[in-house]
Amino acid sequence: MSTTLEATKDTSPLAKLISDCEELIRDTSLSTVQAWKERTGGIAIGFMPTYIPRELLHAQGVLPVGIMGAGDIEIIRGDAYYQSYICHIPRSTIELGLNGSLDCLDGMVFPAICDVIRNLSGMWKMMFPTKLVHYLDVPQDFHAEMGGEFYRHDLEALSAKLVEAGAKPLTSEALAESIRLYNENGRRVRALYDLRRREPWRVPTAELYVILRAGLILPVEEHSIMLDRFLELVQAEDDRTPMDQARVILTGSFCEQPPLGLIKTLERAGCYIVDDDFVQVSRWFKHDISEEGDPLGALVDAFLTDAFASPTRYIDEDEKGRELVERVQSSGAEGVLFCAPSFCDPALLDQPMETAAVTRAGIPWTAFKFSEDTGQFQVIREQAGTFADSIKLWS
Amino acid sequence: MSTTEETSAAKDQSQDRQKRMIAGHFDKLAESEERGEKCVYTYVPGNLTELLLSFDVNPVLPEINALQSGMRGLSKEYITLAEKEGHSEDVCTYVKCDIGMKRAGNIGPTGKRLPNPNLLLLSYTGCFTFLKWFELLREEYDCPVTMLHVPYQADGKITDEMRKYVVDQMKKKTIPALEKMTGKKFDIDRLRELLARSAKAEDDLVAVLESAKNKPSPIDAYFGGVYYIGPIFTAFRGTEDAVAYYRELREEVEERVRLGKGPIIPSGELKEEKYRLVVEGPPNWTSFRKFWDMFTDEGAVVVASTYTKVGGVYDDGFRHDPDRPLESLAEYCLGCYTNLNLPARVDKLAGYVKDYEADGLLINSVKSCNSFSAGQLMILREVENRTGVPGGFIESDLVDPRYFSAANIKNRLESYFQMIEQKRAQGVTR
Ligand code: SF4
Ligand code: SF4
Repeated sequence: MSTTLEATKDTSPLAKLISDCEELIRDTSLSTVQAWKERTGGIAIGFMPTYIPRELLHAQGVLPVGIMGAGDIEIIRGDAYYQSYICHIPRSTIELGLNGSLDCLDGMVFPAICDVIRNLSGMWKMMFPTKLVHYLDVPQDFHAEMGGEFYRHDLEALSAKLVEAGAKPLTSEALAESIRLYNENGRRVRALYDLRRREPWRVPTAELYVILRAGLILPVEEHSIMLDRFLELVQAEDDRTPMDQARVILTGSFCEQPPLGLIKTLERAGCYIVDDDFVQVSRWFKHDISEEGDPLGALVDAFLTDAFASPTRYIDEDEKGRELVERVQSSGAEGVLFCAPSFCDPALLDQPMETAAVTRAGIPWTAFKFSEDTGQFQVIREQAGTFADSIKLWS
Repeated sequence: MSTTEETSAAKDQSQDRQKRMIAGHFDKLAESEERGEKCVYTYVPGNLTELLLSFDVNPVLPEINALQSGMRGLSKEYITLAEKEGHSEDVCTYVKCDIGMKRAGNIGPTGKRLPNPNLLLLSYTGCFTFLKWFELLREEYDCPVTMLHVPYQADGKITDEMRKYVVDQMKKKTIPALEKMTGKKFDIDRLRELLARSAKAEDDLVAVLESAKNKPSPIDAYFGGVYYIGPIFTAFRGTEDAVAYYRELREEVEERVRLGKGPIIPSGELKEEKYRLVVEGPPNWTSFRKFWDMFTDEGAVVVASTYTKVGGVYDDGFRHDPDRPLESLAEYCLGCYTNLNLPARVDKLAGYVKDYEADGLLINSVKSCNSFSAGQLMILREVENRTGVPGGFIESDLVDPRYFSAANIKNRLESYFQMIEQKRAQGVTR
């Protein structure tokens, strides 16, 4: 299956940028990361979805590299590690680990989002005993004096492990600068999401997605330049005009990612995706992280108080589904696509509560599942097409 | 054979006591609303039973309700009800069974309705699904919820920060929530008394589980083991009833050792111990008896299991400690089996194979439970490599009968026992 965008057939600068990003993503051997290491002498650390504080790694001279599975690569050894009823991303990640694709990484960080990734952290320890492995046990208590204090210790422990693996020690100055750089990056991402909400025909999700995925591999400074370039190019595309498509929010794909072909299929089936939860690390927070005061404290505080509602995060005092309904309303979306990976506990356990909330709010929705190596989109195309048609019919 | 009869009768005493205790608890729950008693829904791993009892609060454990529904043949209907409401076929069946049971009237195993919770105490230990489960229950009940986040032992140890985080949450959230709900002040001395009794019962439980090091083993530490852990994993840790039950059970088991007896099994007593197994993973509840028979028919005895450690690992020496009440409760939560990282689980299993002189490791991988199941194939290979004993792998589910294929499992078990025989013939295992 080719994942090349049709746009690459033209030779416009935008098409070139998108095809470069696609190539970057398809290069599972991470040759750009290897080149960065040779150029800078720094270390590179992989991380699994959804969120890790990349600012901290950056401040220690480390390149954070997001590993979001391996799409549809052939799984030769990974399947021997997992039963059929476990999602796909851990087996493709193991495949990458065992086939040498991740050799250039000096370690991996596994955030606490589900039992599969949690257990994978221990498997990684056994498989790669010489590499740094850190399970980032993000708090589910959001009080500064409890969850906050615990999280701060966790970040300090991670920082110390990075030093052991060859990174620079953490300084407040460096962390403050890294926060500033990631804030700049986050602002650009949010601006693109805003533009897509307003004028989705200008920013096709299949393009925005690959641009964000590139940000998981490139240094943040380079990625911010790429985001500027992308914004400039899409704004200059005069032939992109509104079509009669249904505006939808896509949710549930915060970890294992759908194939690019599936995203394109949804768009071609008549959906403008005006919001999503792909590559969430790039906009985990709703606002900038504070650039005032103690920077480590600011990272902690942002995690406790400013993160998006995610199925991987305890709802605490909040109301389930409230944020999704608000996102629908504020984006002018007309419906929700629940698009979760098969066997994804957090997404699928969350779904009945979220669907109940959108139903109460009178918002249409439909749900389907995927696997990162899904190759057939016909059924989903029909489902999404019917859904889009029904929205347009009744709106 | 008079000794056999005596032993069976002795066994029956503790079993009868256990049955009375559990049934009594469900009756108590059914009457709690009338009596004005408060109930807290919470989970087995990381339960704070002594703390709840110190406030005279009754614990209700949704997993126990689900497994009881599975054993009583009701889980299929409950799961179907939940799936009809939009719960995915892919997720943990305990959750769906619980939701379905609520829809069907929340009738407990003794046929009486279970009380609604006055508080949902979400002790998040060793499984991410717990968190979602309580979010789901929160939508069902109009009552306060309090979360106790227990960090994972990712690096194979309990750090001071982890312990402090859990203790701080207990002090600042859990205890105030219980005080508010009951209108009573926290009484640390009462908690200490309860914890002292827990430690006594834990000593006896460990002695019972470790009796399986004898040959023949006087117990089955998996199928029989689930009965033994019942009281201490549920509502009885810290009670005089639990102390008496474990004392009696220990005496019975020690008597069996003295007489050189094998374990009591559903059909009587196992006469010949042909295979000694270590088992990883929860059992299947919907065909529990049939599943157990597949082992006993072949003369297989489970000498150690990890499932009997989900509600607390005591064989490493941990005991609840009246001198460090909240700290030891925190360590208890942090130490539950599914809160251990994969290397620690491999160490534990390899240690069991060696210490209990087992012929093999068998994994029952349940579809429901990623906490247990994700990584089990690697655990199997690691333990095989380290110990040299053959590993076996079967798949089923906890309470969804659609995933219990008796013929398939039986075939696999038979092949597995043949493999052990072959290894024996080659002189690899005992
Ligand atoms: S896809 Fe879902 S279940 Fe699988 S690793 Fe990711 S969050 Fe966990
Ligand atoms: S996933 Fe496993 S540990 Fe978690 S609730 Fe289900 S059966 Fe229990």
